Amino acid sequence: MSGIVNKDYSFWSLFTKGLRHHEGWEPAWRSPEPQKSYDFVIVGAGGHGLATAYYLAKEHGAKSVVVLEKGYLGGGNTARNTTIVRSNYLWDDAALLYEHALKLWEGLTQDLNFNVMFSQRGVFNLGHTLQDMRDIERRVASNNLNGIDALVLDAREVKERIPLIDTSKRARYPILGASLQPRGGVARHDAVAWGFARGASKYGVDIIENCEVVGMDIADGRIKGLETTRGYIGASRVGCVAAGHSSVLAAMAGIRLPLESHPLQALVSESMKPCLDTVVMSNAVHGYLSQSDKGELVIGAGIDHFNSYAQRGSPHVIEHTAAAIIEMFPMFSRLRMNRQWGGIVDTAPDACPIISKTRVKGLYFNCGWGTGGFKATPGSGHVFAHTLAHDEPHPLNAAFSLDRFWSGHLIDEHGAAGVAH
Amino acid sequence: MTSHRIDLPCARIDRSQPLSFTFDGIRLAGFVGDTLASALLANGWRMLGRSFKYGRPRGIVGSGPEEPNALVQVEAGANTIPNLKATQVELYDGLVARRTTGWPSLRADLKSLGGRFGRFMPAGFYYKTFKPEFAWRRIEPLIRNAAGYGATPLDADPDLYDHQHHHAQVLVVGGGAAGLAAALAAGRAGLDVILVDESSEPGGWLLSMPNVAIAGKPSGEWLSDILAELASLPNVRVMPRTSAFALHDLNLVQAVEQLQDHLAPAARDSTKPRQRLHRIRAGRIVLATGAIDRPLVFGQNDRPGIMTASALTTYLNRYAVAVGNRVVILTSNDYAYQGACDLAKAGVRVTLVDTRTALDLAWERKARGAGIDVRAGYGISRTHGSHAIDGVQLIKLDAAGNAVPGRAPYLDCDAVGSSGGLSPTVHLYCHDGGRPQWDESRLAFIAPATGRARSGIFCVGALAGEFGLSGALEQTWIIMDEVLATFGKEQARERTHATTTEMTTSPAQRIFRVPDGKREGHGKKAFVDFQNDVATSDIHLAVRENYRSIEHIKRYTALGFGTDQGKLSNVNGFAIAADALGKSIPEVGTTTYRPAYSPVTFGTLAGPHAGNTFDPRRYTAMHACHAKRGAAFEPVGQWLRPWYFPQGSEDMHAAVKRECLAARRGVAIMDASTLGKIDLKGKDVRELLNRVYANAWTSLAPGKCRYGLMLDENGMVMDDGVTACIADDHFHMTTTTGGAARVLSWLEKWHQTEWPDLDVFMTSVTDHWATAAVVGPKSREVLAKVCKDIDLSPAAFKFMDWREGTVADVPARVFRISFSGELAFEVNVEATYGAHVWEALMEAGAEHGITPYGTETMHVLRAEKGFIIVGQDTDGSLTPYDLDMAWAVSLKKAYSFLGQRSLTREDTARKGRKQLVGLLTEQPDVVLREGAQIIESTDIKHPMPMLGHVTSSYMSPELGRSIALAVVADGIARRSPEGVKDGRDVLYAWARGDAHRVRVVSPVFLDPKGERQNV
Repeated sequence: MSGIVNKDYSFWSLFTKGLRHHEGWEPAWRSPEPQKSYDFVIVGAGGHGLATAYYLAKEHGAKSVVVLEKGYLGGGNTARNTTIVRSNYLWDDAALLYEHALKLWEGLTQDLNFNVMFSQRGVFNLGHTLQDMRDIERRVASNNLNGIDALVLDAREVKERIPLIDTSKRARYPILGASLQPRGGVARHDAVAWGFARGASKYGVDIIENCEVVGMDIADGRIKGLETTRGYIGASRVGCVAAGHSSVLAAMAGIRLPLESHPLQALVSESMKPCLDTVVMSNAVHGYLSQSDKGELVIGAGIDHFNSYAQRGSPHVIEHTAAAIIEMFPMFSRLRMNRQWGGIVDTAPDACPIISKTRVKGLYFNCGWGTGGFKATPGSGHVFAHTLAHDEPHPLNAAFSLDRFWSGHLIDEHGAAGVAH
Repeated sequence: MTSHRIDLPCARIDRSQPLSFTFDGIRLAGFVGDTLASALLANGWRMLGRSFKYGRPRGIVGSGPEEPNALVQVEAGANTIPNLKATQVELYDGLVARRTTGWPSLRADLKSLGGRFGRFMPAGFYYKTFKPEFAWRRIEPLIRNAAGYGATPLDADPDLYDHQHHHAQVLVVGGGAAGLAAALAAGRAGLDVILVDESSEPGGWLLSMPNVAIAGKPSGEWLSDILAELASLPNVRVMPRTSAFALHDLNLVQAVEQLQDHLAPAARDSTKPRQRLHRIRAGRIVLATGAIDRPLVFGQNDRPGIMTASALTTYLNRYAVAVGNRVVILTSNDYAYQGACDLAKAGVRVTLVDTRTALDLAWERKARGAGIDVRAGYGISRTHGSHAIDGVQLIKLDAAGNAVPGRAPYLDCDAVGSSGGLSPTVHLYCHDGGRPQWDESRLAFIAPATGRARSGIFCVGALAGEFGLSGALEQTWIIMDEVLATFGKEQARERTHATTTEMTTSPAQRIFRVPDGKREGHGKKAFVDFQNDVATSDIHLAVRENYRSIEHIKRYTALGFGTDQGKLSNVNGFAIAADALGKSIPEVGTTTYRPAYSPVTFGTLAGPHAGNTFDPRRYTAMHACHAKRGAAFEPVGQWLRPWYFPQGSEDMHAAVKRECLAARRGVAIMDASTLGKIDLKGKDVRELLNRVYANAWTSLAPGKCRYGLMLDENGMVMDDGVTACIADDHFHMTTTTGGAARVLSWLEKWHQTEWPDLDVFMTSVTDHWATAAVVGPKSREVLAKVCKDIDLSPAAFKFMDWREGTVADVPARVFRISFSGELAFEVNVEATYGAHVWEALMEAGAEHGITPYGTETMHVLRAEKGFIIVGQDTDGSLTPYDLDMAWAVSLKKAYSFLGQRSLTREDTARKGRKQLVGLLTEQPDVVLREGAQIIESTDIKHPMPMLGHVTSSYMSPELGRSIALAVVADGIARRSPEGVKDGRDVLYAWARGDAHRVRVVSPVFLDPKGERQNV
């Protein structure tokens, strides 16, 4: 463990620097020129990539780490998600991985000395059919036995906790109940990237923005370095954390990943006075929403079924999502969508991530998070850092190797993923 | 009063129609033609809200969708509308509006107390503090309560919304001079044209420019002539109050039309839509979205009474409102001069402060001639006032726009207008990936006129950088030549309308932030984005902290995140960031322009897909028969199926018990119409079935049925059902109710992409047929009463046979199949006869007490027999072997079947997988929770190893005890035959803290040899 401690953000520092017109603030992260080579190269400065670098430096004492980013850091799905954090997954492998992440979330603001505004306002997964309720009962029982907080609520209890929700029989698919994970919630997505960037930078990690990887130097089955738009960078170990563009990187190494990249859209309403103080998700009517601290309803839409790298989707998906929101909250019909956008999600056949070594020595992939990667950010970085440092998976990500697509040991989490694939 | 109504005959308000409205409970007056903003200004209102972060007093800044401050709540109760921009609310009689910020009152706002410590609350201050968990838990609710504007209604929206689709040869967006000219050109050429304009009447800036003549006519007359001609063309549709809010790939534009909000509530028709979404697919799109006056950024530029110069002009000329008696106009360009002259002419004392040291002589002469005090080479460094502006401190500037030390005048005033140039409304142009270009000479991001001509998108007027009226009309003419040429047409050569009396302009000065002689962050806050309280110093702070990408700056400061989508703030923000970064503006670039251009209600987006019509409700042909017998219904997919048929005061358990016993001991009847049905024809159907089902179909003869399991690529069961051979090249497949559409898509996918050589045609016939399952020992007798032409005897009509015949005088296909384990016949008739046949069977069975039953009894009956329900007992992780259904897998087929290869994979073929079993509780009256997890011991540790879960669980009336199905690791080997007691069969089912001891047994609880269905 390194001895560097981040303490420079505080009420006091705001006060004293405020007296001096805020001129004393340091850059949140350094932007050095890239060196000729590094022990560890992380490709992709999203939340997962930056967290990987942070934990590599902090927990594994790595001294020579760089994160390469083709655009601006935190600009991919980290900047585009609906910020939901939960760990109520069905299968043990997934649940324990996401719970590991949730535990890290719970101390992340303090660890990073950066308020990521993690707000444990609870996550409701609604049930609209008898089968939904069976699935909820099963998932909650499994969560409880895995040590994850979860409970089953009936419709009346849902209504008590979410006053504006329509639990009447009027609804086309009346709400029968829900699961609730009280420790779930939301966080400020951009802050997560910035906090990890700042933390990593303090531990000596170089972060190089506007630096796109265009080729991989592989010899004797081992990675030697990367061709980038800012020159050649030598590398002992390379971890690719590029979400929707993972397949593009893998192709540079001659590897075909079982991933499809799809547009996934999200939208926000205008800023409203508080009207929803938790996170509501419904697979059956296909919509999920929460209200940000700023007052916007943050709403997740579905994926487009075509493959694409354009960060925008089709209007009918947004229209359907609006209908789903109104089905749950009929008064929100009069609220207005302020802004919609899209990201590119990399979906694996079993809706679970790939955190794995590859047949190229020293080349690792962390991808396939599909529609639900944000919640895993610290956990994903933590176990991937372990994988890179030890050339062996952490026990929590051993099940998420590429091997499973040969062995058949799939972890089918379609039911727990917020969005149908 | 400072702002007040004046007498200006050319204004577009109708003084003969006075209106009364209230704001914050105070009754005020206005006229038809007013917006809420103009009417409030006419009544002397300036402060309308408090700012988001610091609680600073704020007033109206703009005159349209660019308005950042004046967000109001209109009407009350279920009809209330939050966050409307007062500048876009058309006034009607009786309108009720109130503020959305300011607590407890506008004048005494609590948030403004905190705002006094604004110097300690720069951009992103919350990332740096409130970090201890206990602090954040307490602070966050305070932040949430302080944030937000309008309030959501508390009751369901009573209004209707709908959708319309259009195909147009030319869509023109924007009804200003350029847009109208474009529509006219396309309309005269005979093309199908749609013109949408967001305002209540087309005209754009012309409505605020009465003193310009076009083609020798006053602008108002030119406008009415062109609108009249457009109205006379049957191929042109002009749609006012219609805002194009998104442009998608392949020239699809979404536009929302306001149909009723501008009417007084009494005049609204609740049977008609409030708003309508138009989806317009256009061959060519001509964007004529104009430009928005960009304010200058200066110290304390956010006081009520400070607005854009063009807003001042609009309120004057369009609404006959003088925003002040003593007005200062700060400008860096000539566009603000005409408005200043108009104000002076209306009797307002005007001081024109021009940041340029060298002025355009013609405009200066004109201004001075109008009695305007012109001050060249000055800016405003800060302002004065309590709840509204009452004075400005000027600062001397040099030719380069830098502050010159020394004294400068202080001017008393009650309103300020500022103009830093025009920002073209490039939003739509950029929605589907277009990038605007920085034009240094125009100091604007513009949309190149033909930059996206290949996509069929053209830009005319101010959007393309033609800021002058004459130039815009001329350029529109030229571009429309190109547009028409793509249709092989030419326009009539009458370009007379391009001449106007508008004066030319000289270049604007490149100035965005008016300097105050101090280092950034040391002087008074100069706001860039009013709605999010983003000041110049915040942008500099972001850059200092290395948030250097414009996206980082935006996200760190919240620049442009408001409901105005940064229409006033973005370009200033980009320019100020460029200065802070030492880069050029094009190097900094823009943030991404995203829909919606203006906010749009969720109701409009959803349109008719709300309430009852959120999703189609599917009813079987026999639905009325069930409803009349008091059935309780369960939604299954889109279908409503009878769940159970309570009699008298029966609860579900009593009803299900009665229904089950009837099926086991007498006769019962179920509506099975919802099962998916696919009609398969072609000489290769057998081969297709061989490939998509795990079992073999080669030998199935006409008149026979067979059950099959369908596997996905991973070898996991995805659907099941019975398929009947009608003829050698004709089969009737059934699927699960929920799987009908999915299975058809699955078959089509494989047929179309991998096996196009197979001669197969598939048709969904799910709702062509109505199906009644007659079940129970007496079912043969009942059916025989209404079916005379089929020999129902056991020898002639065996289990898993089907026969064609007549039931209740109706042609029918009768299948002898059973999902209950009892003797059963499924009668399929054309759907229109469904109710008739159902009633005939009920009548025929009356003497035996035929009992209708629903899905719950169906579940119990099949569970007693260990029959699976795909999706309940399976979850996509079970193979046929896991289900102990090896009999339904044929590995001898010539061609492989879907999933076969995967069945041999290491993990899929291993021993000890979760397998389907039956469970018996130790106490026979305990019904396990479906979903309960199976564990080996009650000594709970986390994480606790879980062996499986309960998939189905019921009280079995026939067995007089509870039964359950479950999937359990190595379950088949754990089953305890009588007498064997190795202990592995004893497990616990755990849910919600309760563990029940269970014994693992065969899933077939009743009639293990299957004798009952064969009688």
